[in-house]
Amino acid sequence: MTTAHADGLERPPAVTGATRQEPPARGAVRPGRRRARSRGSRQAAAWGFLLPVVAYLGVFYAYPLYRNVDLSVRHYTVRSFVQGGAPFSGWANFRQVVHDPAFATAMRNTVVFTLVSIVFQYALGLALAVFFNHRFRLAPTLRALFLIPWLLPLIVSASTWSWMLNSESGVVNYAFHLVGIGRVDWLTSPHWALVSVIVANIWIGIPFNLVILYSGLQNIPAELYEAAALDGANSWQQFRRITFPLLRPVSAITLLLGLIYTLKVFDLIWIMTKGGPGDSSTTLATWSYRLGFGNLLPEFGPGAAVGNILILIALVFGLFYIRVQRRQAA
Amino acid sequence: MRHTRIAIVAVAVCTALAGVSACGGSGGGSSAASGTYTFWDPYPQFDGSSPWAKLVAACGRQAGVTVKRTAFDTTDLGNKALLAAQQGNPPDIMLVDNPVVSTLVQAGVLNKMSDVDVSTTSIEPNIIGAGTLDGSAYGVPIGANTLALYYNKKVLDAAHVDPSSITDWASLTAALQKVKASGGKGITFSAINTEEGSFQFLPWFWGAKGDLTKLDDAGGQAALSLWKGWVAKGLAPNDVLSNTQTTSWQEFATGRYAFGENGTWQLANAQKAGFPFGVISIPAEHGGQAPAPTGGEFVTVPVQKDSSRYPTSAKIVDCLTDDGNLLSTDTTLSYIAPTLAVQNQQVAKNPALKPWVTAVGSARGRTSNGLGTRYPVISEQLWNAVQAALSGGKSPQAALAAAQKAAQDHKS
Repeated sequence: MTTAHADGLERPPAVTGATRQEPPARGAVRPGRRRARSRGSRQAAAWGFLLPVVAYLGVFYAYPLYRNVDLSVRHYTVRSFVQGGAPFSGWANFRQVVHDPAFATAMRNTVVFTLVSIVFQYALGLALAVFFNHRFRLAPTLRALFLIPWLLPLIVSASTWSWMLNSESGVVNYAFHLVGIGRVDWLTSPHWALVSVIVANIWIGIPFNLVILYSGLQNIPAELYEAAALDGANSWQQFRRITFPLLRPVSAITLLLGLIYTLKVFDLIWIMTKGGPGDSSTTLATWSYRLGFGNLLPEFGPGAAVGNILILIALVFGLFYIRVQRRQAA
Repeated sequence: MRHTRIAIVAVAVCTALAGVSACGGSGGGSSAASGTYTFWDPYPQFDGSSPWAKLVAACGRQAGVTVKRTAFDTTDLGNKALLAAQQGNPPDIMLVDNPVVSTLVQAGVLNKMSDVDVSTTSIEPNIIGAGTLDGSAYGVPIGANTLALYYNKKVLDAAHVDPSSITDWASLTAALQKVKASGGKGITFSAINTEEGSFQFLPWFWGAKGDLTKLDDAGGQAALSLWKGWVAKGLAPNDVLSNTQTTSWQEFATGRYAFGENGTWQLANAQKAGFPFGVISIPAEHGGQAPAPTGGEFVTVPVQKDSSRYPTSAKIVDCLTDDGNLLSTDTTLSYIAPTLAVQNQQVAKNPALKPWVTAVGSARGRTSNGLGTRYPVISEQLWNAVQAALSGGKSPQAALAAAQKAAQDHKS
């Protein structure tokens, strides 16, 4: 393949003629043949360039995905997981999962967790982005400081949040105590656990929204604002009529990525509450992990089924996004 | 055009973020040469220079081979073992937490000790029980630990409580109330929604004659009502719901709590805590000592394709569990030895271990009495019930009834 490639593309025609010492008569045929050969070799070269990507996608995406689907449609016990020969069970794992009393709770928590998180992340991220877009002294420094939640390893920020929210010795309850508010069991009460993990997740997600929306703001021409100011638009009107509409495509991708990222949040919840108390902060992601690895007797089938449901939900939103984008482009 | 660029940046950023948070560890393989034997244990706290690592290496040398030791996190090791067995490269010798043994046996990963010619006759029956299925032992315990109540002498003195007066639940609750009245804090334990939570709840559950196959009978309800009452009355802190045994110990180590339910392994830390302490066994509901669950690891020999490796593996197991080595290992780990002879030597050396030896003597394996792999299912429902009741979501009776139903309906 490589030689064909070199032959077709690299060697100058003069040299070809000289080395092969072909009779001039054949020269008339050559251009056509050369074109055919170079098209073939070009195709081969194209595949050659594609191969690493295809192999990478196959090994790291297609195969794990296939394994996950395979796990979810077979009845695995620890024995058949190791020794092989798990019987095909069709939709049984999905049925078991959907009829589990934990399913409705996990689904509701996932929806609440995701929606509330991205709404607040987006709103606060946008507010901060607009704020930092007014150039002022220290703006870059302050903006950099806002990125800290993003730079910290999740284990650090989640553990810090759970210390702060500890009901006995946490700093939040201490502050409440100082202003005369009674103790709140942030992580150990079924009413507050979900709220607590959402608050922590919003804090972690703001920098992502800030960075992307800020870079979107940079692309809005300053003349528009100048013109609007001349027309007498106040800053709220400028935001409503210029910033927000022109930011729409960037907002769409921010929200979509935020959605997919938030749907699968696992580590934060696991570190802070392990989905508890009871099921009160369990989402599909933590439930899937709990089924697969949470106790000493793993249930790989149902765990994979929950994981696949999660992937499907993310896929639906991905397709929705592509449609919206197409319509915008058209 | 520009939007696409932003989109690409966003995607790249998101992937990077996800990548960072989802990095898994990689296991050590065991496609070893004949002169190298692989060895896994859940003691990442011991590095290559520790006495434990040196003992492992020495036992290998004695058997004429090199031992390659890899240490994993305890919770990780069970899953790693299943995956390695699935890939066909399990380690030659593996130390696993005792309740994991029955799961691995179910998976067909472990050899019977009798099949690889390792004798287990000197081991106390209640300690090896967790690794025994259908009458055959699948491992040798390296040591045992269990739970008891540590108490802070200063806090008890201030409340005028005599620890020896605590013989049943009523006297314990009365003591906690006295402590609270004197300005101290009562008792801390771990009721987290993991195996640790069930482990800590079992002494109370069994102390009320609870039955793991009937979670919602009177005994279970009594035990859960006791815990719920303590939390509701402020005799135990609310954060027991999120306490691991380690964070519960940290609370006790602040010196403000009268009691802490914790394990043998904290003994060394207790000596460093900076206040006078003592240990009493966990009382049963109506007096006497409650059976606590046994903790501790088993040395196992996973199934290999090449059965000619077993005799050498057996030699290494025998070396690790011979009396002299058990004594030094269990001293390092702060465990109680699994054999009577070594227990006596331990007490002779350190009389403070006496209550622990008694506690281990009346302890029970969690997977014992034929429960095997039904235990993990029951245990998960049990910790869910504890969480539901303590967080105020459900009454003990309703929580345990739901748990019993879920455990019964579970099919696997």
